[in-house]
Amino acid sequence: MEDFSVFDIIGPRMTGPSSSHTAGAVRLSHIARQIAENDVAEAAFTLYGSFAETGRGHGTDKALIAGALGMEPDDADIKDAYRIARERGVLVSVEYSDEPPKHPNTARIRIIGSQGQVTDVIGESVGGGNILITEINGLDVEFSGEYPTLVIQHTDKPGVIAEVSHVLAQLSVNIAFMRVFRHGKGEDAYMTIETDQPVTQDMQRMITRLCSGINKLFAV
Amino acid sequence: MLLSEAFANGESLRRYCLENGIPIYEAMMRREEKQSECSREQVLAEMQKNLDVMKESVYRGLNEKVESVSGLSGGEARRLFKYGKHNPFSGYTACRAAASAMAVVEVNASMGRIVAAPTAGASGILAGVLIESARQRGWSDETMVEGLFTAGAVGLLFAKNATISGAGGGCQAETGVAASMTAAALVEISGGAPVQALDAAAMAMKNVMGLICDPVAGLVECPCIKRNALGAVNAMLCADMALSGVTSLIPFDEVVAAMYAVGKDIRPEYRETARGGLATTPTGKAVAQRVRRMQGE
Repeated sequence: MEDFSVFDIIGPRMTGPSSSHTAGAVRLSHIARQIAENDVAEAAFTLYGSFAETGRGHGTDKALIAGALGMEPDDADIKDAYRIARERGVLVSVEYSDEPPKHPNTARIRIIGSQGQVTDVIGESVGGGNILITEINGLDVEFSGEYPTLVIQHTDKPGVIAEVSHVLAQLSVNIAFMRVFRHGKGEDAYMTIETDQPVTQDMQRMITRLCSGINKLFAV
Repeated sequence: MLLSEAFANGESLRRYCLENGIPIYEAMMRREEKQSECSREQVLAEMQKNLDVMKESVYRGLNEKVESVSGLSGGEARRLFKYGKHNPFSGYTACRAAASAMAVVEVNASMGRIVAAPTAGASGILAGVLIESARQRGWSDETMVEGLFTAGAVGLLFAKNATISGAGGGCQAETGVAASMTAAALVEISGGAPVQALDAAAMAMKNVMGLICDPVAGLVECPCIKRNALGAVNAMLCADMALSGVTSLIPFDEVVAAMYAVGKDIRPEYRETARGGLATTPTGKAVAQRVRRMQGE
């Protein structure tokens, strides 16, 4: 991050105690919630590495629950996340794992929606409240959530990527970073598109309508 | 000199300010406007939001019962603040500012809301000193916001040319940088020149160069909270020195470079890993074990 803003230094406004173990954890599961299309009936978290080691004292468990409930990192209610989950009837569970992770601050987030649909997300808190989503439903991905991000589940066939980028161009949305991931040739694939401009709900509908081969689209 | 070149280092910032006849905070505001493509009003309003949360965190830490998630901290800021009325050795002002700094980090440890400056673990120094000074000297919010931009500029130079994370450079990179930022802000608010502000920042860092990051149980509590108290006093003392005409023999940019080199030399055990220093004392280890056994709720 070469081009620091003054607000990277004086800021962020956040609920303590730790930018990586608390603020970053809120962001991770907030994004998992968005990937699950904000439908959270049940949320299960597994903490690895330093998250498992010092997570209790940093309130990492509460932070993850708060994010899954839709709170932002500066929400004053994060510390009451267990109570709020109970009041809303959201079932939550937290496990601390001894398994060594790839990154010291890793969480596995499983969200079960009201219709029983399962969303699995793995992410890392990489420091200073910054995060990286590294896996969605068993598929490797990589995005930071710093930019407006489109996550598109599509069928792996020629032309899908071109169609999506064409529609985005028509909508005057500039692509900052774009990555494609797949299980295998012709199988399920994901593309993550980080953009300079936010992609509104109207735009999202337009992309789904105009591009063939898109199974699922959500914006983070 | 171009604005885009002004923030390369302390010397370029000093020259840019001199050429334009402006303080550091004005240069920082101009850069932020340009970089974020926002108006002056928007940039100031965003900083005012930070100031409001800073005030709230000092107030809460000094007036409410706060206790950390681990149970290790809370309430000591209030104790020191009250004691400060009774002729303390460190002086009324220093005692109150130190207590205010501790208050913010205690609130942070209790999962309260704070503003990282530059980090959560060092969030008390700038907020505590600025708010207590404003209370005693009648500074307006506008003046305090200017001070926050001065502080931001100094922090930005450390971030760019060294590091502002405990994992990267030890505690000197957190509470040391916060004290440097705060010292510079006090100098500019008091009418000191940019060169004096940078000297104050340099002196504050020199005073704690090499300070390790050794959090007990890996938590932002011990020794972080009390090091914020020290950072507050360090900042005020260095501001006073600079305003009195005392100068730093080693210029700001060289101090930043030295601090960075020292930070990289600090063994990983002493960089936020809780594998050395106070964290591995018998008491530190016992506390860590107790915290690990705690339940989630």
